[in-house]
Amino acid sequence: MKRSGCRFDVGLRLMLLTLFVSLVLVQTTFAVQPLETAQDEFVPMDEIPAEEQLPAAPLLVSAYAAVWAIAIGYLWTIGRRLGALEREILDVSRRVADREGS
Amino acid sequence: MNRITFPILVAAALLVFVTAPFVIVWAPYESTMGLVQKIFYFHFPSWMAMFLSIFILGIASVIYLFRRTPRADGVAVSAAELAVVFGLMGLITGPLWGVKAWGVWWQWDARLTMAVILELILVAYLLLRRYGGPGSDRLAAGLGIFGMANVPFLYVSTELWRTVHPRTSVVPTLPIDFGVPLWWSFAGFMVLCLALLFVRSRLEEQRMRLERLYLTLEEE
Repeated sequence: MKRSGCRFDVGLRLMLLTLFVSLVLVQTTFAVQPLETAQDEFVPMDEIPAEEQLPAAPLLVSAYAAVWAIAIGYLWTIGRRLGALEREILDVSRRVADREGS
Repeated sequence: MNRITFPILVAAALLVFVTAPFVIVWAPYESTMGLVQKIFYFHFPSWMAMFLSIFILGIASVIYLFRRTPRADGVAVSAAELAVVFGLMGLITGPLWGVKAWGVWWQWDARLTMAVILELILVAYLLLRRYGGPGSDRLAAGLGIFGMANVPFLYVSTELWRTVHPRTSVVPTLPIDFGVPLWWSFAGFMVLCLALLFVRSRLEEQRMRLERLYLTLEEE
């Protein structure tokens, strides 16, 4: 039975899997045991010290950018796969109709 | 889910995600972690969306194992893929938050370790479905149920074991200034999850339709 997935789709998945496994393995180098007790609650405050703002901002922006990129990227892959499938369905339907007609 | 529900879901998700940054900026800073704590408003909902996806995966897997309904199998595969995607969001936003809050990118405590293992279980599910061959659908369904069984342990891991990750008691005790942006983002992620599930399930339906067409072609 013919498979509808394209090589790019398989390659992309393998690449993503490899990247993910590499990231997990690399992080063992930076791992340490927890030394502090867990925080029980979040306490609001009105203003933060100025020295806190700059270092955290790139991390915050990166986090939100990553979420958006993953969501949009995933939606794009679905759209691409769906388009390829529907084109193939159209082609095979035509072949079935031709066979039935003949 | 029909052609009326899906556009509504997409519109709702877009509305929430466009307004979420404004709501999050309005939220106060946390006294211990400061600005970086605002990653929480995407980090927590992404994990909740993953949990929702895993529960859908587990329930659909049970239905498929006992009833062999192709539609349930399609939903299970779709939900597994979504769970990997949302889990990836959580695994990326977490260390970005942790490097500032804890001083390290990663710690092998119970919560974080279980999160990685759960993500790997879901990746294994997808690999099994892609490369497993005949019978892998039922084997993967069993793996999906196992993944679902891990979720409660992951959620209560901060209560059961000593961990540096904030405890689950943080969320129910949130002051309203933190709660509004959190639950607003949470709603957005839930709606996004359902909308993506619909789209991804359609992909599976089309794949099954294509397989039926090829069978018809081979029979003739």
